[in-house]
Amino acid sequence: MTDTLIRNDAALRGSSIIAAIKSAGINIVLSVPDIFTSKGLLFPIADDKELRLIRVCKEDEAVGITAGLYFCGQRAISLVQSTGLLDSLNAMRAMGLEYKQPICMMVGLLGKEPDLKPRESKRVGVNIIEPVLDAMGITHHLLETEADVAKIKPAIDAAYKKPEPLVLLIGRRPDAS
Amino acid sequence: MMKRDDCFEILARHVTEDDIVVAIYSSAFDWITIRRSPLNYIFTGAMGLGASHALGLAIGRPDRRVIVLDGDGSLLMNLGCLVTVASVAPPNLYHFVSVNGTYEANGGHPIPGKGVVDFRGFAASAGYPNTFAFSDLHTFEKDIGSVLALTGPVFTALDVVQGKPPVLDYEIMHGDKTREDFQAALNAT
Repeated sequence: MTDTLIRNDAALRGSSIIAAIKSAGINIVLSVPDIFTSKGLLFPIADDKELRLIRVCKEDEAVGITAGLYFCGQRAISLVQSTGLLDSLNAMRAMGLEYKQPICMMVGLLGKEPDLKPRESKRVGVNIIEPVLDAMGITHHLLETEADVAKIKPAIDAAYKKPEPLVLLIGRRPDAS
Repeated sequence: MMKRDDCFEILARHVTEDDIVVAIYSSAFDWITIRRSPLNYIFTGAMGLGASHALGLAIGRPDRRVIVLDGDGSLLMNLGCLVTVASVAPPNLYHFVSVNGTYEANGGHPIPGKGVVDFRGFAASAGYPNTFAFSDLHTFEKDIGSVLALTGPVFTALDVVQGKPPVLDYEIMHGDKTREDFQAALNAT
């Protein structure tokens, strides 16, 4: 039991996130690079033979691509920085909220202090993210430890079942292990 | 100068019942007047994302042609999509852009760079292997069949003016039923 607790409180691992999104049926990842998740998550995704990585020029492109794939029965998720999420909000508004599509995003909170909750961050680019998502009515979860990885599959499955958009906020740099 | 609806009338003769047509705003209203089909994907939501939706569809259904009827103002909002599409290089994606130099759906204001911007040049520079530009209807009618027979991605700029004013039926564009009908038609085959 103690071992389990220690393991679950351990640092977020990219391999765990990748396993979780795969278990949720994700086979395509769309991304604009984010230094916060670059080493621990994006490079491992790029090397993963079971995932197709599509590099887009701007984050809202990923919203449109995800919508097209959804109609074809394929699940995709975006990996972007919080700035990219903010840049995509109109597309999320249209496709996620008005058209009720399961637009799923993993969003790196670059600059978030490890000991603070996102809303408590001293950085505007971090502390506004959850309030903005709440104002839009977009479901979101915070991933900071290995224990949080267990949220991923149920959250993605729920987004596709409802359907509705989903944002998974990555609050600490994932380890590349 | 060609009229957009005349171009679409000609294009419609070459579109099969299996083709998906992603049409954007003013082009969408013209297109659904000319060719009603449940496989008309006219619900792109935010401007600038037509080719992105089409790319998702082209990847998801490689057995079908995906034809995009984009607008110049819309494409200017997201020129990076040309690079993304060219990088992925879906062989079943055919990207048409109606170049009328105006934000037609937003009052007819001119686009930045009207008359100067070379959309075909953008696409060629982005890496589309085949690019075309038409400003004469007879030439378009003569060549469109061979354009659609090429392996994608193919980019075609259509130098047009508005034809007959389309019926602006936003309920059809944004209503749930249109998306439900599209999904059902796509699932059926």
